[in-house]
Amino acid sequence: MRPLAVLRILGLVVMLFAGCMLVPFAFSLLLGDAVLFAYYISVAITLVAGAALWFATRRATGELQIRDGFLLVALVWTTLPAFATLPLLFYIPGLTFTNAYFEAVSGLTASGGTVLSGLDQLPPSINLWRGFMIWLGGMGVIVLTVAILPLLGVGGSQIFKAETPGPMKDTKLTPRIAETAKGLWLVYFALTGLCLLAYRWAGMTWVDALMHAFTTMGLGGFSTHDASFAHWNSPKVELVAIVFMMIAAINFATHFLAWRRLSLGPYRRDPEAAAYVCVLVGSVCGIALYLYLVGVYPDPWVALRFAAFNVVSVATTTGYSNTDYNAWPIFAPLWMLFLCSFACCSGSTGSGMKMIRAQILFKQIFRELLRIIHPRLQRPVKLSGLAIENRIVLAVLAYLFVYVSCIILATLLLTATGLDVLTGFSAAVASINNTGPGLGQVGPLSTYAVLSDFQIWVCSFLMLLGRLELMTLLVVMTPAFWRK
Amino acid sequence: MKIVILGAGQVGASVAESLVSEQNDITVVDVDPARLRTLQDRFDLRTVTGSASHPSVLAAAGIDDADLLIAVTQHDETNLVACKIAARLFNVPRRIARVRATDYLNDEKVLGPEGFEVDLMICPEQVLTDYIVKLVEFPEALQVLDFADGKVSLVAVRAYEGGPLVGHPIRELRQHIPNIDTRIVAIFRKDTAVVPDGNTVIEAGDEVFCLASAQNIRRVMIELRRMDKPVKRVMIAGGGNIGQRLSQALAADYSVRVIDHNKRRCELLAATLEGVLVLNGDATDEELLEEENVAEMDLFVAVTNDDENNIMSSLLAKRMGARRVVSLINRRSYVDLVQGAQIDVAISPAQATIGRLLAHVRRGDIVAVHSLRRGAAEALEAVVHGDRESCRVTGRRIEEIELPPGASIGAIVRGDEVLMAHHDTQILAEDHVIVFVADKKTLPKVERLFQVGARFL
Repeated sequence: MRPLAVLRILGLVVMLFAGCMLVPFAFSLLLGDAVLFAYYISVAITLVAGAALWFATRRATGELQIRDGFLLVALVWTTLPAFATLPLLFYIPGLTFTNAYFEAVSGLTASGGTVLSGLDQLPPSINLWRGFMIWLGGMGVIVLTVAILPLLGVGGSQIFKAETPGPMKDTKLTPRIAETAKGLWLVYFALTGLCLLAYRWAGMTWVDALMHAFTTMGLGGFSTHDASFAHWNSPKVELVAIVFMMIAAINFATHFLAWRRLSLGPYRRDPEAAAYVCVLVGSVCGIALYLYLVGVYPDPWVALRFAAFNVVSVATTTGYSNTDYNAWPIFAPLWMLFLCSFACCSGSTGSGMKMIRAQILFKQIFRELLRIIHPRLQRPVKLSGLAIENRIVLAVLAYLFVYVSCIILATLLLTATGLDVLTGFSAAVASINNTGPGLGQVGPLSTYAVLSDFQIWVCSFLMLLGRLELMTLLVVMTPAFWRK
Repeated sequence: MKIVILGAGQVGASVAESLVSEQNDITVVDVDPARLRTLQDRFDLRTVTGSASHPSVLAAAGIDDADLLIAVTQHDETNLVACKIAARLFNVPRRIARVRATDYLNDEKVLGPEGFEVDLMICPEQVLTDYIVKLVEFPEALQVLDFADGKVSLVAVRAYEGGPLVGHPIRELRQHIPNIDTRIVAIFRKDTAVVPDGNTVIEAGDEVFCLASAQNIRRVMIELRRMDKPVKRVMIAGGGNIGQRLSQALAADYSVRVIDHNKRRCELLAATLEGVLVLNGDATDEELLEEENVAEMDLFVAVTNDDENNIMSSLLAKRMGARRVVSLINRRSYVDLVQGAQIDVAISPAQATIGRLLAHVRRGDIVAVHSLRRGAAEALEAVVHGDRESCRVTGRRIEEIELPPGASIGAIVRGDEVLMAHHDTQILAEDHVIVFVADKKTLPKVERLFQVGARFL
């Protein structure tokens, strides 16, 4: 392992991140708000810290190995939020580091749970910075899940790389990833641009449209308004949001292939896409029908509108809302929360267990049942007609176990420190799935500010854990990882 | 004819065997001298030891003045290269290769004149698979053969007590099924051929060969035996090349189980086959068969590469209640031993696969040749050419044609029309004529009949 080489790259990433801060900085200049001073200091501190780290380790120029990859990923996702808090800390008086770090983690993991209220009064550049963090996080996540995690083989993610462009058989983190990333980012950029124009067309202001284009593509639910999408109360705006949330929760490698070949074929061959669309459409219809039948909405079309927006928003781990779904009969929001744990496709900006793992688990269950009837049966778990190694199935099973354990443990911690069951459980699920708002006291119209410092740290950790697909972060914490 | 055969495996050996008896000069090439020795001991032929694709070995086998090359080694690549070399270096006029991998067949250019220059491609596994699939479709038949692209079929059926026609003379068939044109071309009674005429009485236990257009087969079979329920569940013992192709072909329409003893092979099968239950175990394991409900199987097919295993597992399956068992048996002596007793159909791979090859070797324009009764009899489809002057068949009525004893013309396909042969049917040029030859010794005479005489050209 070469920790110094990892730190050198981390230094470079931090310097790059300082460059990213120039975006809200420029907006601040352009719009002439009162935050300019905060950006001066933030950019300076970040730049100096990054440069110092790089300078101290500049001689450590070795090629990164697999283990270094884990360390780098874990370090990047824990360090950057610390720097990202700076503009918030300097501008918002009384904001604790704990809460600011939560906000930044929530941004960079594209979750969308917030501790801030009075969003409408915040200067546009601060809101833009929050949205931009989500967008950056989304960029990082795409590369992470499409290019890096498969290489590291986390939780059976080897199979994700099946159709990514270019062979990546090498065990080293090669420049090939840079090529892959460029292609994927191009799609991400293009879609964000389209989303921006669509929001503007639907009636948002340019600043709102940009901020929401960022958070929609990143599938993090930050908004510029406390009321989230209820602020516009416009089916047109909601429709745009639904379409782009659905797009962003499909594997970007599939988008890239479809775009390069100019055909819809890749979507058909994508083992996840069909299941994802079916699950989402089915759930929307089911919940709309339920809301109509129990009488929450007397008009079926209104029921469909609210069900469609909120179900898609939660299932794709975005976390927007256009109504207080917390007030719906508990079946509907629980079902939505359940959806967000597996509905998103791998390689998208969404989080959770991913559809592909759910499919593998489902097929594994079916196989076990058949094996009881035919004891000598030989039957691989297959996706799109291709057999999956048993090792991967086992990795997915282990992943599921860790995932469930984390939720249980976190729920216990949160309830032990004073939260009610619904709030504690939903906060744990919403955090590990990077969804954002939960239920109860952390519902769509309230914030995480009600949580104690300890609970905030638990949720921040859960968000990081969920974003880095559990194992990436956990492996760094094992003693065996550090042994030479 | 001078023929060079590459490969002395099962296919090579049986090809050599059938061609040797037809007075050809045959040279067999193989890397394994032991195999060649046994061949040489049994038949009158020449052998050369060496790698079949090497030009020097081919030259030693006398390929310079060979009329035909038959490349049937284990390896597709060796066969292909040998064909190319034979064509380019030695100007062999006709080349036949055994090609297993379907990948080579996807583009004509690979095997065509600018590719490996193969005139005829044969794949024994595929032929056997088609053969067995036919038996699954017609579980009552012993053999179903297609002629003229499937327009006419020849079925072999064992007559059973209770069939409406059994115990009656053939001439009554017309009254039983007046609308259907069919013809009984041969009857084998206790392994000897009976030349059928209108007065021949069909007895229980006879093997009856009838020709009918493809859609009428079922109707004709009903006359000879009571019909079974259609096949639904099939168990295949052996997941080798044949087992795999067979389960692939049957998977869509039947419930299929495949048993193989090799775990790795099972994994591969399970990965490639859709909708097939792949079981790891020994096909002769009573417990496994019990567990998988062999008693409920409509058909049990044993296609491992081992005769004894096939026979044993078939016998076991039959005793445990499988409705019908089909077994692949290479050794001729075994076939005679078990067929008709407990095993319903014994398939000899060599005889089943050799047909297409024989068609290519025969004189005259022969499109298809099918071996029947383990090679004792043959059915062939010939195209008639020339005119009344140059050919002894063209333009004549069937009663005018001097067929050798035991041979009979069964049906004629003219364009899309199928005509059952009657004594006054006239044969025209370009007709496809289906001839049944009960005694193989008379084959050359039949072939000569269909040849357009050189002096008339």
